[in-house]
Amino acid sequence: MKPQRFNALAPALAALLLVPVGDAAAADGRKIARNGTNAGAPACKTCHGMDGAGRAAGGFPRLAGLEAAYMVRQIQAYADGTRANATMKPIAKALSASQARAVATYYADQKASGRKPDGKAPAAGRRLATIGKWSKTVPACNACHGPGGRGGGADFPAIAGQHESYLVAQLKAWRKGRRTNDPNGLMAAVAKGLTAKEVQAVAAYYARQSAP
Amino acid sequence: MIRKARSIALGTAVAALALPAAAADDGAGKSYTPPRPPGDFTPPPDSAIPDGPMGDMIRRGRELFMHTQKLSGDYVGNGMNCVNCHLDRGRKASSAPLWAAFGMFPAYRGKNDHVNTMIERIQGCFRYSMDGTPPPADSKPMVALLSYHFWLAKGAPVGVALPGRGFPAIDKPDKPYSVARGKTVYERECAICHGSDGGGRKAEGTWVFPPLWGSESYNFGAGMHRINTAAAFIKPNMPLGRPDLTTQEAWDVAAYINSKPRPQDPRFTGELAQTKKRFHDHMCLYGTEQHGRTLGAPDGE
Repeated sequence: MKPQRFNALAPALAALLLVPVGDAAAADGRKIARNGTNAGAPACKTCHGMDGAGRAAGGFPRLAGLEAAYMVRQIQAYADGTRANATMKPIAKALSASQARAVATYYADQKASGRKPDGKAPAAGRRLATIGKWSKTVPACNACHGPGGRGGGADFPAIAGQHESYLVAQLKAWRKGRRTNDPNGLMAAVAKGLTAKEVQAVAAYYARQSAP
Repeated sequence: MIRKARSIALGTAVAALALPAAAADDGAGKSYTPPRPPGDFTPPPDSAIPDGPMGDMIRRGRELFMHTQKLSGDYVGNGMNCVNCHLDRGRKASSAPLWAAFGMFPAYRGKNDHVNTMIERIQGCFRYSMDGTPPPADSKPMVALLSYHFWLAKGAPVGVALPGRGFPAIDKPDKPYSVARGKTVYERECAICHGSDGGGRKAEGTWVFPPLWGSESYNFGAGMHRINTAAAFIKPNMPLGRPDLTTQEAWDVAAYINSKPRPQDPRFTGELAQTKKRFHDHMCLYGTEQHGRTLGAPDGE
């Protein structure tokens, strides 16, 4: 941690000294989520909530329970433009590397309940999730995103319980090249193999699954 | 060496083609060529699986095929599932689809020098690729898996080498395969899923990405440990979802993966040179020096 950080946190310094280093990072992350930073990053909770549940209406993703390393890389991607997003770009640029790590760690530890949407997803959604669409060499989503889509490591985030609007937007972004930070171009290849209807179906399916 | 491997494969196919006629007519039909199928074979959809005991058995077989780890400890000795090599639940062409295999057995196999039934062929997968103990012929898992094979081959001709069968022969590389170049390809294209250590990855205790070498992967008796076989699988199928490696890259990375340690060949005679001579007269690195140790040597050798 940089010395100036301690200056900024002077009132909390005594408390920080009483807890292990990992907890200090989490405490810092909570503060960023609630209040934002002096460098101009607004409070994350405004859109993502303190519990990291996100908001379906605005397409703000659920962050609770995602792997910290994944979220750190997404913040970097917003900053360097490999994820084109007018809202997140200035925010990501305002966060230092250690701030990004701290707030990602905070949200990774959250357990948002999150209400699942009403109604049923089209059958094609479950099929894509568990079997894939091999006529276009699209494997089952779960083949990489883990059992039930609850995550397959830091490169393959949980998509179960994620907002439908967000998932649709990401699949479209990969297809159109507005998001290019997928490792090895794997998601671009997958997204290009899906029709708009299938994108909708698979997003609707995962939005109705239980998040990790 | 590639040419040799190809001509062996071709010879097997030709022999298998002649089998039904020979069996029916004791040699009189040796020149018989079955009619070509009208086009690419398509296995029946899941929705057509019948109700009742037969349908139940087919579904059970499909389940075991996708989640073979359910047989872990009993018949499976490593972290593999059938579907790791037979993509799309054994349906995908050029990924050793079951519908193309079923009608080609019984068949003579040079690997064990006798005529194998479909059941014995599946048992071979358990012994080598799954590094386990083959389920007995009449055991429920075997009946289930065989039923699933049968179902996928419904309507396919018997004794005809269908297009899409096995892994398609891969072109010879421009340069001889290189383990060193393969490492570069592996780190760039494969490590993200299978890990830099080749150990694959689990999530929630379940294998998500299969281990490519080490104690949880296929053993030195599995077909996949041959560089040409692995290259032929990799070229049309990997990386999963974006199979676009060059021919050279497929060969190089196949060599790298198969230059790494893995479980011993179950046919190991107790002596490496003898085992290599007897069972490894093909394109593999078993018994050679790789990464500072002799591949396949028992610990401490």
